[in-house]
Amino acid sequence: MKPFARFSPGDATSYVQVAPLAVIFALFLVVPIATIIVVSFWDYDEFRILPDFIWDNYLYLLTSKVTLATYVNTVKYAALVWALTFSIGFTVAYFLAFHVRTQTWQIVLFVLCTIPFWTSNIIRMISWIPFLGRNGLLNSTLVHLGVVDEPLEFLLFSDFAVVLAFVHLYTLFMVVPIFNSMMRIDRSLIEAAVDAGASGWQVIRNVILPLTKPGIGIGSIFVVTLVMGDFITVRLMSGGQSSSVGIAMSNEIALLQYPAAAANAVVLLIVVLLMVAAMLRVVDVRKEL
Amino acid sequence: MAEALSPRGTIEIVSVTKRFGDTVAVDSINLKIPAGSYCCLLGPSGCGKTTTLRMIAGHERVSEGDVIFGNQNVTDLPPTRRGTAMMFQSYALFPHLDCTENVAFSLKMRGAKKEERVKRARELLDMVDMEPYARRLPSQLSGGQQQRVALARALITNPDVLLLDEPLSALDPFLRTRMRAELKRLQKELGISFVHVTHSQEEAMALADLVVIMNEGRIEQAGPARTVFNRPRTPFVARFIGGHNVLSGIVEGRTDDAVVLKGANGVRFLVDAETVRQGDRVSFSVRCDRVAVAREGTGAASHPYDNFNRVRGVMRSVEYQGSWVRLGMESPDSDDFVMAVNEAAYFADPIAVGERVNASWGAGEAHILADQ
Repeated sequence: MKPFARFSPGDATSYVQVAPLAVIFALFLVVPIATIIVVSFWDYDEFRILPDFIWDNYLYLLTSKVTLATYVNTVKYAALVWALTFSIGFTVAYFLAFHVRTQTWQIVLFVLCTIPFWTSNIIRMISWIPFLGRNGLLNSTLVHLGVVDEPLEFLLFSDFAVVLAFVHLYTLFMVVPIFNSMMRIDRSLIEAAVDAGASGWQVIRNVILPLTKPGIGIGSIFVVTLVMGDFITVRLMSGGQSSSVGIAMSNEIALLQYPAAAANAVVLLIVVLLMVAAMLRVVDVRKEL
Repeated sequence: MAEALSPRGTIEIVSVTKRFGDTVAVDSINLKIPAGSYCCLLGPSGCGKTTTLRMIAGHERVSEGDVIFGNQNVTDLPPTRRGTAMMFQSYALFPHLDCTENVAFSLKMRGAKKEERVKRARELLDMVDMEPYARRLPSQLSGGQQQRVALARALITNPDVLLLDEPLSALDPFLRTRMRAELKRLQKELGISFVHVTHSQEEAMALADLVVIMNEGRIEQAGPARTVFNRPRTPFVARFIGGHNVLSGIVEGRTDDAVVLKGANGVRFLVDAETVRQGDRVSFSVRCDRVAVAREGTGAASHPYDNFNRVRGVMRSVEYQGSWVRLGMESPDSDDFVMAVNEAAYFADPIAVGERVNASWGAGEAHILADQ
């Protein structure tokens, strides 16, 4: 007999308690990724995929010049889109957080930012086409006003169009976490900085920017992972003229080269994880969670 | 010569008003704080003391009136060009910077070289005994330590005036008393003016050369702590500063050097002479510790003011306070007439709750109060 025995739930109870989340993770994260990894080692011909264990898919992928070119192009998009969404996102969030005085207006303007999200990504991209096209709204206006003699060709089906669409799609993913970080900054810190002689820019540079880092980190993870994995935006907005890792995979799938696509996916996953790890080294996101 | 008359560090507030929309936070106040003095702005929350401090600092625009430092009108100058530094209520230390960087912040903003500002910051940290914590982040410091760092940060620019917004309110009572002494010592050493906002009359009396009591956006009284305590100007001051009973009576006549007031139940009070009219109802204050208490019907006959300066009532509370005992009496003149009695004297012959007592005081202990 144990005089000091206390009630303690058995080990089984704890396992039951974590089971639902474990099952969800297993079914929707571990199993799919494991499947992709397994398939990436399989063989294939024109019609079938053949269970096997070969390194050919990876060897081909890692030695091909096309792979390097697609990665360079994709990283270029990610870098450009990150720089633009960060600049715009920070500015918008700064305006909302520090220059809009009343909470009502903050909410109104914030909702205004989210309105584009009420339509689907595809619709939002496609709606650029009549605007940017050779005979589109913008070009005809410019020609009409005499700003240019010839319609501008770079506006649509170009890297410009791709980056523009990405920025349009993903800026809000930057705005929201940065705004959230900014709203947590104690306003007396700004006053203390002003009291210490900081100018407007110095306040942003020395107080707001460092304290907004976790939000910037979260926004950057969203934007970079979304751009790295995208294929539809690049295909639609470049008119099929530019490549990305996503497009390469989508092409391989179209040709039923599932093992090659799987190997590509695994490599992309590793690259993106490394990029996220690098960002997390710079920024401690946990402060925000 | 003009410089000598108003040296740097003198603060003059001239008819300063602050409005937020329709509400008047500070209502046309005038105040002169001499250079090198410790001034406490004292009042209940919402009395306008913090707004006044922020207007002196330049963090709040003045709606009307002027703020003058020395010979310079600084009403429209930004905070940095006023020669003031502010210590914020929650200290407002930058959470992403360590103590050295926090203290060196304003030097960095002025473009000082790194070695120079680190050296100076270490000196300041040393002055507040925080040198060993130079590399710590604010979150790794206790409240008292954070306060020292905030103090060092405010002082690094050699300000003429240091503005402190409730600097001690976040500390526990023990630490509060210690930091209070340290603030006073620092002010004496540096010889600059400190303007300190507080809602604690105890803090103000302990620290201030000049106590400024505010209520509803106005200054009720400004003066040395002893003057304010011994001669509160208004009923508000007498109640807020504590240790006073506020009574009232109707002017009946006057003697050579005093006014005779008629209180409830025909009691008469003698108060120091002021210009009052016959028939007016006036308030006056009596310090709680200057009141003698006795059981009804004892010791009264020998009292020289048998029929004057005497309040009769029933004892309602007895609170032991250590060196003294706080006695509360209910009487027709006051619901809670408070007497502060020496501990030893009280326990020599304790009066119980419910006993009928009378409280009396000598001539010259009652002071008339202005209505406003």
